[in-house]
Amino acid sequence: MTTFLYDKTFEGLLTLVFESFRLKANADVILGKRNYQVSLLDNPIEIETDIEKAERVWKGLLTKTSKKSAEMIYHAFLSEMDGVEMWIYKYLKLAFSEKYDVSVNYREESVLQIKQIQQSVLREAHRMFMFVRFQRTSANIYFSPIQPVYDVIPLIGKHFKNRFKDQIWVIYDTLRNYGLYYDKKNVQEIKLEQQNYSKSSGKINASLLEEKEETYQILWKNYFDSINIKERKNLKVQMQFMPKRFWNYLPEMNE
Amino acid sequence: MNEKVLKKLSILANAAKYDVSCSSSGSSRSNSGNGLGNTVYGGICHSFTEDGRCISLLKILLTNHCIYDCAYCVNRVSNDIERTAFTVDELADLTINFYRRNYIEGLFLSSGVMRNPDFTMERLMKVAKKLREEYRFNAYIHLKAIPGADPELIRQAGLYADRMSVNIEIPSEPSLKLLAPEKDFASVYKPMGLIKNNIISAKEEKKKFRNAPAFSPGGQSTQLVIGASPENDKLILNLASSLYDNQKLKRVYYSGYVPVTLTDKRLPALKQPPLIRENRLYQADWLLRFYEFKVEEIVNDENPDLDLELDPKLSYALRNPHIFPVDINKADYEMILRVPGIGVKSAKLIVASRRFGKLDEGHLKKMGIVLKRAKYFITCNQLTDGHKDILPSIIRRNILNEKHKMLMKKNPYQLLLFE
Repeated sequence: MTTFLYDKTFEGLLTLVFESFRLKANADVILGKRNYQVSLLDNPIEIETDIEKAERVWKGLLTKTSKKSAEMIYHAFLSEMDGVEMWIYKYLKLAFSEKYDVSVNYREESVLQIKQIQQSVLREAHRMFMFVRFQRTSANIYFSPIQPVYDVIPLIGKHFKNRFKDQIWVIYDTLRNYGLYYDKKNVQEIKLEQQNYSKSSGKINASLLEEKEETYQILWKNYFDSINIKERKNLKVQMQFMPKRFWNYLPEMNE
Repeated sequence: MNEKVLKKLSILANAAKYDVSCSSSGSSRSNSGNGLGNTVYGGICHSFTEDGRCISLLKILLTNHCIYDCAYCVNRVSNDIERTAFTVDELADLTINFYRRNYIEGLFLSSGVMRNPDFTMERLMKVAKKLREEYRFNAYIHLKAIPGADPELIRQAGLYADRMSVNIEIPSEPSLKLLAPEKDFASVYKPMGLIKNNIISAKEEKKKFRNAPAFSPGGQSTQLVIGASPENDKLILNLASSLYDNQKLKRVYYSGYVPVTLTDKRLPALKQPPLIRENRLYQADWLLRFYEFKVEEIVNDENPDLDLELDPKLSYALRNPHIFPVDINKADYEMILRVPGIGVKSAKLIVASRRFGKLDEGHLKKMGIVLKRAKYFITCNQLTDGHKDILPSIIRRNILNEKHKMLMKKNPYQLLLFE
């Protein structure tokens, strides 16, 4: 049994695939270096992430399939799901061993798995398009906390950049403690040093808010309540489309 | 301004809520220059109210003043309610500030008819104009066209809007005349035709000149009120189908009548809105638009109303046992789409995968295709052949039994909008 250890980055995983092919060593177990507990039973291969090797694997994949299909494995990777590395590994082994483009052959389990995980990740990214709620600060920055189940920050910058081109904004993943900052020109990743918001309610400290911010939140909540038709109450459908885990950060769902 | 605006907002949102359309789809407007906002083709929902409906747009009336007296409408002139109106600036400010916080995709502006149709239409147009020109707002705008307004005002409005709509509301002319004596079909069809022609000629222009202005690029829609008048589903779906074919509408919305008066004898005294019927009509509408069904296949003289217990695709399958079972490994995409329980997504997965080898039950299950209903109507390699000789009446009973069992576990009054 061969165990491979890598640094939990996407480039690291592609390097791992490269090394496994080069060494002709099949990976039976793939683990993050930090998660690994030394045992006497196996002698793991530790992978040093190498951008060039990763690029070669990526480019190799692009000769087999379209860019859109290749991105499937990156999206699946962002799920951080247990075992997703193994599915990606199996998928790439299959892709490189077959002459045809395997990306839509859902009879293969690894293809179907990757596709389904990708769909979950993209759905979560779309939910950020839906449920991001900016609060305007007195420094004229629009700030929104988020708590996505998957690491979707790398997937959402473009959408918000195109949309809110003329305002400075920050979207911050309060679980993974990093986010995006847009300065009306570029989007970049940031890590906040001070926590000026409540992690549970997502609210920015009142002293930092722009003076009319609260008014617009009240107006929005008022709109939300007024547009509802009481005779058609259907809480199950509401919860199905807007799962409870998002409610904390939605002003309309709080007093 | 706050208290005043807050009060207007609650009155005019409350009065706009019976318009079910909230779609922000059908238009892809990019954020050109350095303005605010864009639209995405598929639309985005931003929240969901307690009734389970999506909030995509700030759906609001300019005013609930109205000169007309339509019995089914909460804003009818004879109704004793508080009246108010927004100013153009107030509406622009609300839209921009909601949008900047990512609460909404844009604005859906409708109105009661204040003073006269031209006065009202001009105001609606001015809100859109202000947003587009002063605020460089590139997000979604849906405007109502007011019947009777000057064609030139409607034309100008269409240059700023992503989508326009005129509501028919009552699905037959005799009923419309009974409930809304000041209206007839011609008054509704006139602006609808006007919008259609403007859309067509704008598209023609666009082919010749790339910079030609778009006119309501997301098309137009309308709404039919269900259950306020006696029309059957056959009449309603035929009307919808002709609106799609002849008026080139993007969407027809169905709104189960929510009683707005208890004293008017012209209207039925419903205990609750006909939500199941409304849901069945949406399902039938989907079959028309995405599944290549014809109206006669869904409702006809023998079955003029949709079956409330079963979705229309399942009813169709049970009425047409001779075309089933469908062989998953051989049948055309269109045929696979006709199998109850198999939707567009599943049908595409099946057609994509079967090129690489035969599919069996295990493959279908792993793909996430639910076989609870489909199993009665398909064959795939070894499986489910056994079902093909079961009588439709028994299939119906089996499926209803299963559904009943499921409903008993959950709350009996909950029904998913799209099954």
